[in-house]
Amino acid sequence: MPRILILFAHPRLEKSRINIQLIKDITTIPGVTFRDLYEEYPDFDVDIKAEQQLLLEHDVIVFHHPFYWYSAPPLIKQWIDLVLAHGWAYGSAGRMLEGKFWLQIITSGGPESSYQATGGARFTIREYLIPFEQTARLCKMTFLPPLAIQGTHRMTSEELGIHSRRYQKLISGLSDGSIRPEDLTPFSYTKDYFESVEGK
Amino acid sequence: MHHDSFFYLALVYLTAAVIAVPIAKRLGLGSVLGYLMAGMLIGPHLLGLIGEEGQDVMHFAEFGVVMMLFVIGLELEPSLLWRMRSAILGLGGLQVAGTAIIIGGLAFLAGLSWQASAALGMILSLSSTAIVLQTLNEKGLMKTTSGQSSFAVLLFQDIAVIPMLAIFPLLAIQTAGTDSASSQTWVGSLPAWLQTVVVLGAVGLIIIGGRFIIRPAFRFIAQTRLLELFTAAALLLVIAIAVLMTTVGLSPALGTFLAGVVLANSEYRHELISDIEPFKGLLLGLFFISVGASINFTLIVENPGTILILVLGLMVVKGLVLFVLGKVYKIGTDQNLIFSFSLSQVGEFAFVLFSFALQNGIFDAELTGKMVAVVALSMAMTPLIMTFNEKVLLPRFGTEKTNDREADEIQEDNPVIIAGFDRFGNTVGRLLKANGIGTTVLDNDSDRVDTLRKLGLKVYYGDATRHELLHAAGAGKAKLIIIAYEESEKNENLVHLVKKHFPHLQILVRTSDRTESYRLIEQGVDHVYRETLDTALRMGVDAMRMLGIRGFHAQRAANMFRKHDEKVLKNLSAVRKDKKVYFSMAKSAIAELEELIQADMTDTDLERDAGWDSDSLREEVLARFQPLPKPDEPKATS
Repeated sequence: MPRILILFAHPRLEKSRINIQLIKDITTIPGVTFRDLYEEYPDFDVDIKAEQQLLLEHDVIVFHHPFYWYSAPPLIKQWIDLVLAHGWAYGSAGRMLEGKFWLQIITSGGPESSYQATGGARFTIREYLIPFEQTARLCKMTFLPPLAIQGTHRMTSEELGIHSRRYQKLISGLSDGSIRPEDLTPFSYTKDYFESVEGK
Repeated sequence: MHHDSFFYLALVYLTAAVIAVPIAKRLGLGSVLGYLMAGMLIGPHLLGLIGEEGQDVMHFAEFGVVMMLFVIGLELEPSLLWRMRSAILGLGGLQVAGTAIIIGGLAFLAGLSWQASAALGMILSLSSTAIVLQTLNEKGLMKTTSGQSSFAVLLFQDIAVIPMLAIFPLLAIQTAGTDSASSQTWVGSLPAWLQTVVVLGAVGLIIIGGRFIIRPAFRFIAQTRLLELFTAAALLLVIAIAVLMTTVGLSPALGTFLAGVVLANSEYRHELISDIEPFKGLLLGLFFISVGASINFTLIVENPGTILILVLGLMVVKGLVLFVLGKVYKIGTDQNLIFSFSLSQVGEFAFVLFSFALQNGIFDAELTGKMVAVVALSMAMTPLIMTFNEKVLLPRFGTEKTNDREADEIQEDNPVIIAGFDRFGNTVGRLLKANGIGTTVLDNDSDRVDTLRKLGLKVYYGDATRHELLHAAGAGKAKLIIIAYEESEKNENLVHLVKKHFPHLQILVRTSDRTESYRLIEQGVDHVYRETLDTALRMGVDAMRMLGIRGFHAQRAANMFRKHDEKVLKNLSAVRKDKKVYFSMAKSAIAELEELIQADMTDTDLERDAGWDSDSLREEVLARFQPLPKPDEPKATS
């Protein structure tokens, strides 16, 4: 049974209607370790050894964060800089993360339609996530299609409910083996996987 | 063993002290009363273990007072005096003048000569520095309004003794010349005006000598680097001044006080204090014992009514003058009660001044004997009435109960209780309040409470170590309690109480040092905050930055240091418990420091920011293209 580590980063969670709802039921899924990075490291003083130990103990590493300035909040970058050390995570001697999976859960205010060549954001989410994808690759990990929850500014409670249920289904599915990582890899976005499954 | 032998006396005095003082402290009466009771017990009128030699011991033990004044003088920085000038001159001056006039007037009405009345008024206006400071310190009241006001008054009195001693020869009744006592010193044979000149001259000599002779001498002695020699020099200084003063017929206590003030700004201040302190403590104890022993029970038994009325009358008059002044100076009711009660006795200077006045022929022997008994009794009663005030009066008339607002305001249930709201607690409180978190604040300084209330803060007066008060403050419903008293004992008591009665409360405690932190960790407190740690680290960060180390690195280094230090603190605490070894404070502090420094050197955790450090990456890249030069190979010039 794959063990799942969720690294959640939101500097202003108390104001985020969407994310409060999203993480509400995730923390109780068995076999899942939920780590609230801004709560853990209010001073950005990331405990490298503790984080590396956690990585070793899990198979799927989930980064759940809002999409700020087309990227992650700064603590995620801080975490990557310090924890994914040379000689440990990458480099000729760094093989500690080999074979693990990298999965990003992203919330963005702007709608999906904006994140296209013809839209306001001009590039797709996958394009914006290329630095993360390459980071995962350098660490010999498999980058899974991200779950992007978009258009949160205008999202109704019903819509939020759908996203929230998909998020739960994804995590519990990966945890109990009913969703295998290989099931996701053919798709660009995890949303497409769900639509294909739910469409059947 | 002969009754007069030194060892016999030492045996009696020390045994009495070692038995009586711990019992008195256990009963909550304070050490001063313990010493006094020990003295009464062994004195000639009860057990009779010591007889007339008690008088000699008293002369010897007066030396404790001499040393105490030296230390008080040393602790008086001119800047402190300047800051307290209005309290010292106003409160102190009015107290001495008011009390002296009232008591002198009463004495004159009772038929004493005007000279004797004036002298008596002046002598009885003084209070006991030794008893008051010792008692206030033990009760942890020195930093409160009452403590500070008492200190100011005592200070003025100490200074006022100088002019009194100068005035007394002028008050001498003409027949004084025939009195044998006064001709014992050569000064006594001089005419009155010349005596005054000599007195002022001696004072001047100490001030000038302290500045231009004593400091260079100490510098010379310090260069020998022999610790015991410095102690010897410190004792020599005190004794030399005492002898000089006695030769010219002045109080030795005054001389050393002056010398202390003169040396307060010198670099040897702390060394002098720590050298003299142990002698001072022991001799003061001896002094209190001999005061106890000198209480003439025969005299009291013969005129119980007169003595009792005199003692009570005296204390009531002094207390009333103090209370009125306290009102004038707007001291809150219960702080004022502490202030008035604590200073209502007559001080140890009275014994010195009585014998001086006797020598000058101002008083006769009978009056002196009676007054010495009255003064000694008033000193003995002080710890008792202060305990009475604390246990009986304050709970009834203190701010706590007389304030009607408290009852309805304390109804509120806040998630946080803050106990202790001095400079530490109030920063915590302001941060929480600024973020809209409700706090219930308890403090035991009623004046501070009143001030803060005027500013619109909800602060309640009271001793948080009382279960009922904690309950009234909403401890049953609160989530956490912040314990931020300055006195560690109070913090520990409160922790104990909270753990017992309100186990659901999370406890955060302020501590002043490691030893205190250890004790709290042993009590099972997880959140211990050393009050100076973060500030010291911030200072270290700024120092590093001034040396050119980049801010972010310095900041992270300090974070790391703090986490490391806190980890070590917890580990050492556990070790300490296992070994059950008692180190003296100094020893353990050194051992800890060593352990800390060694841990810093070996702990690889302190090298952590490798993610931003490209050294290893560079090595790997370079290794791919060319082998690294071996260390012993000569380097090619580049």
